Amino acid sequence: MKAIIHIGLKPGVLDPQGRTIARSLAHMGFDQVTAARQGKTIELDLKGDDQAAAEIQVKDMCEKLLANTVIEDYRFEIVGQD
Amino acid sequence: MKSAVIVFPASNCDRDAADALAKITGRDPLMVWHEETTLPPVDFVVIPGGFSYGDYLRSGAIAARSPIVQDIVRKAGNGLPVAGFCNGFQILTESGLLPGALMRNKGLRFVCRPQKLKIINKTSMFTKAYKDQTEITVPIAHFDGNYFADGETLNRLKKNGQIVFKYDGNPNGSVNDIAGICNEAGNVLGMMPHPERAVDPMHGGTDGIPFFKSVLESLR
Repeated sequence: MKAIIHIGLKPGVLDPQGRTIARSLAHMGFDQVTAARQGKTIELDLKGDDQAAAEIQVKDMCEKLLANTVIEDYRFEIVGQD
Repeated sequence: MKSAVIVFPASNCDRDAADALAKITGRDPLMVWHEETTLPPVDFVVIPGGFSYGDYLRSGAIAARSPIVQDIVRKAGNGLPVAGFCNGFQILTESGLLPGALMRNKGLRFVCRPQKLKIINKTSMFTKAYKDQTEITVPIAHFDGNYFADGETLNRLKKNGQIVFKYDGNPNGSVNDIAGICNEAGNVLGMMPHPERAVDPMHGGTDGIPFFKSVLESLR
């Protein structure tokens, strides 16, 4: 199994990198863009096939290390190894 | 006073901190490697600046989970004085010893220059030797120094006198110009500026000396 985790700044926390990306896209003529937020993706390879147990562990990993919940939100999915 | 400096992979101000401590306390500090599980008996701990673990994941995040920091967290809870400068401040917020977080500078630039600071809490164990001095100049050198905390935390910091230093001219977008804070008990301090790099006229200034003298006096 794999865990695919997305971590990004919480809504309301200023994201200067996202703002710069949005401005650059606008300069390039992509006039549909009104805002951008930058985050990161972490992929974990997991052993076993107990999806429920994996969800509990990955949530714990996010809370304890992968995200700083003072400023960041996270979401993840557990997917099969196809 | 016996002191220790914690050394992580890619710490780069550990020697500056050691020099400052040796000069002001008269004793060489112990240099403690991050994989140690027990801090030797000391009176004061400095978590130095640098780029521990290459700033991977988030600045200070990996260092904050190292074995030695777990022991520092326990001992700080029992009153051990701890100061973190720059990356050390990031490690202290990541470890939960100090509230809030340090984010990318608002201007998206690494800032490296002498910085004027206002001393907000003049009675802390880290500032009492500044006496009548209300402004100091010490170097800053960071990419992730933009302090953030939610409104409730900021109110608490203010109410308890935990805001120790503010920038005079905000270099990084920190909320309320915050440059350094302490915990509620007052024995753990984190700041982005580098007092350890301002302890000799050759450094360009000596405004860092009273910082270490304050700790020394507080422990007498």
